[in-house]
Amino acid sequence: MMTLSSPHTTGSNTVSRLMLTLCAALIPGLLALIVFFSWGYLINAILATVTALAVEALILKIRKRPVLFFLKDGSALVTALLLACALPPLAPWWLIVLGTTLAILFGKHLFGGLGQNPFNPAMVAYALLLVSLPLLMTTRWAAVDQSADFGQTVTIIFQGGQTVLDGLTGATPLDDYKQSISRLTAEDVLVNPIYQTIGAVGWTPVNLAFLLGGLVLLGLRIITWHIPVSLLGSLALLSILIGSDADAFVPLSLHLLSGSTMLAAFFIATDPVSAATSNRGKLIYGAGIGALIYIIRTWGNYPDATAFAVLLMNFAAPLIDHYTRPRVYGHKAAVKGYKNEQD
Amino acid sequence: MTVASSLITRSRVWSISGGIHPAEHKQESNTAPIEAIPLPSTLWLPLNMHIGAPATPVVSVGQMVRKGQIIAQSGGGISASVHAPTSGRITAIEDHAYAHESGLKQPAIAIEADGLDDWRKQTPWEDWASKTHEELLQRIHDGGITGLGGAGFPTDIKYRNRHAPIDTLLINAAECEPYITADDRLMRERAEDILRGAQICLHLLGARRILIGIEDNKPEAATALEQAAETLQQRIELAVVPTKYPSGGEKQLIQLVTGKEVPKGGLPSDLGIVCQNVGTLYQIYRTVVHDEPLISRITTVTGAAVSNPGNYEVLIGTSMETVLNHAGAHLKKADRVIMGGPMMGFAVPDIAAPIMKSTNCLLAPTKKELPPAIEDSPCIRCGLCEQACPVDLLPQQMHWASKHRELESAELHSLEDCIECGACAYVCPSRIPLVQYFRYAKGELKQERQQHEESERARIRFENRQARLEREKQEKEARRKARAEAAAKAQAEKKAREGAPSSGSNDDDPVKAALARAAAKKQARAESAAAVEQSPAELKEALDKAKAKFDKASTRLQEAEANGDAMVAALKKAADKLEEKYLSAEKAYQAATQSQETDPS
Repeated sequence: MMTLSSPHTTGSNTVSRLMLTLCAALIPGLLALIVFFSWGYLINAILATVTALAVEALILKIRKRPVLFFLKDGSALVTALLLACALPPLAPWWLIVLGTTLAILFGKHLFGGLGQNPFNPAMVAYALLLVSLPLLMTTRWAAVDQSADFGQTVTIIFQGGQTVLDGLTGATPLDDYKQSISRLTAEDVLVNPIYQTIGAVGWTPVNLAFLLGGLVLLGLRIITWHIPVSLLGSLALLSILIGSDADAFVPLSLHLLSGSTMLAAFFIATDPVSAATSNRGKLIYGAGIGALIYIIRTWGNYPDATAFAVLLMNFAAPLIDHYTRPRVYGHKAAVKGYKNEQD
Repeated sequence: MTVASSLITRSRVWSISGGIHPAEHKQESNTAPIEAIPLPSTLWLPLNMHIGAPATPVVSVGQMVRKGQIIAQSGGGISASVHAPTSGRITAIEDHAYAHESGLKQPAIAIEADGLDDWRKQTPWEDWASKTHEELLQRIHDGGITGLGGAGFPTDIKYRNRHAPIDTLLINAAECEPYITADDRLMRERAEDILRGAQICLHLLGARRILIGIEDNKPEAATALEQAAETLQQRIELAVVPTKYPSGGEKQLIQLVTGKEVPKGGLPSDLGIVCQNVGTLYQIYRTVVHDEPLISRITTVTGAAVSNPGNYEVLIGTSMETVLNHAGAHLKKADRVIMGGPMMGFAVPDIAAPIMKSTNCLLAPTKKELPPAIEDSPCIRCGLCEQACPVDLLPQQMHWASKHRELESAELHSLEDCIECGACAYVCPSRIPLVQYFRYAKGELKQERQQHEESERARIRFENRQARLEREKQEKEARRKARAEAAAKAQAEKKAREGAPSSGSNDDDPVKAALARAAAKKQARAESAAAVEQSPAELKEALDKAKAKFDKASTRLQEAEANGDAMVAALKKAADKLEEKYLSAEKAYQAATQSQETDPS
């Protein structure tokens, strides 16, 4: 006879199922990136996955942790795919390998591995790369009107391929609009074929694909609505309140439907390990990221601000947690802060 | 649920936070009628089958008892009596296997059944309404009735300790734990008796209404209750709540059927509600009307290792093994035996333990059915637990605090409001045994609080002692003073009395006066001599010593001053003192030598 504590039954959910579902939900977005932009995203995804699993296994071995047990949880895979979706597709191969290594090593295991990291590992790596290699991180985006075939892409990524590269890369719409609007009117800026009626060519379907994946996660209750809604809400609200003048500011449609907005709202900001916990806390956390994205995009030097916005709110998450505990059954009010003042 | 009449009203249903939908597994055991288990040869009756003080045995080994006779009297305060479930001979009063996770044995009374099942004298009260409240409560108390839903709280206490006027008798018919169908079957088969029990309670409480909270997975039971209400012409309100675990928790059911929350640290009666399980109401009826104390109950025996799962009417004290065997349990196939349901029950360490008043279910699952826990992964704070918690806690944060024994943080997260329902652990993808962590932290918190209280008591005791000693000292001083004053007064009076008649003679006596003068002189000389008791040689030695010390101190002082030492102040003080000593020694020596020269003696 065994003596076990209750409950004696559990649901069938596991961490690896959670992580793998997350990866599956990323696939529409990743496919859209490959279709509309470049084979580079696929190559990046493969490179990142292999690197992530190898680095994870190596570090687990060094840390004397059960390698297979933790490899199976799929968290390294999620980090790898997020990076593959976020990094420029035509950057040299070592950039993605370096980035993934940084993510697993500095973003995750340095803090104690799965569940212990205060920051989103993929965003830690992204920020490190952006600060250290700004040129590669801003110029190797695939241009939407030109595309290299698979062979050419391989050449660019693995051999430099500078001759092929020219004409294939371009600024992202967020970057282009921000740079151009200081000289031109909105009308003149939008003449550029990278824009379309709503958002930007390529970027709009990509964001819609990520939105679709995100809605699947919501439907499966793997994430709750709080972070995506508050993030997109605050970003949209600020854009309407402050940046409604298209001749001076990036318009709302570009904020929501280009760059990494939907990826951030549904897949990056919702990383539970580094986010705030309570429902109310998540609302504040998401709204903070949305606001920071708008602020950095508008007045900062970085055209896409997701990584910094997420990292800054990661810092704030523990504080938010302390002041947003829900009111417990039978209590008159929620317990707030660091001291129990109820007694 | 076909009956519609003015007697039966459908009550509004609110919602609770969180909750889960585990596989119900009710079908296995709720189809067959309740079956009585044949009289076993031996019964073991633990003395503490309830919350509160254990009962005290009132029988001795070898004594013959009749069915229904009290064999252990309830202890003082919160407690319940134990009765002989059948007639027979007391064969032992000793520690016996007991259904508790610890596996510790507990004192129990053994009865060897004589097979006659011979009742003690019974006095049925068909006319219970003519009895006083006190008589009814005494009957319930003497019947040893405890809550049959699982907690085992002595029932009569609920009717004695009331803080607010009671408006509602809430019948808990939710039975939300998977597998368990004891209440379901009881309602289907004995709904009228349940409502008769409810009528007694309504009368005792002076309540306005009977409100029944039942999950929507028991339509047959609901219909049976409605029909019974028709038969008895009893007005009831039925709140059919959606099937969701843990809607049958008392606090949760109250929230579901009234929209109100039992305040922290309060009781349902603060909301004008008394909540009673259907099984308890049935027993109240049996006890009050038929004078049958709590000696048997309905227990669900189920699980994939049981070939005849169903509900059994079992005498309290029957060994679990007997019951399981009767239901055709393959104990080799069973991975463990759980008392209660899979969510809140516990694995019984020894199935020789007897069925108790609170044993609502024996679950014998196979390994495949309820697989043992897999290894847990780290918490990824996914928050599924938070969404499942029925009392709005943050289990992921509480887990963090409990695991690292940060009790203050655990308290901040209202750990003590956790009802241990297990919903969080059920949904956890990391398979963390959250409830175990919370139980551990609760235990630690309790212990810490006790220690704090103890040290607080010790501090107060110490302070009281100090105060007492101080007071005694002062009193002593006061007494001494009073005595001294009294003595002085008495002396003065005595003197006055003595002096009055011979006042003239005293002054006139020259001899006496001379003697007194001589005595005074002598005393003065003795006093001055005391100062120069030491010989001049000794004084010289002391003087030298003091001088040496003083010299040494002054050189050190000078050194220290030169080095800027921090000790300067202290050294200076010491040097000054030594100088004083040295000077006084010199003076004494000089005085001594002088007096030696001048004084010839």
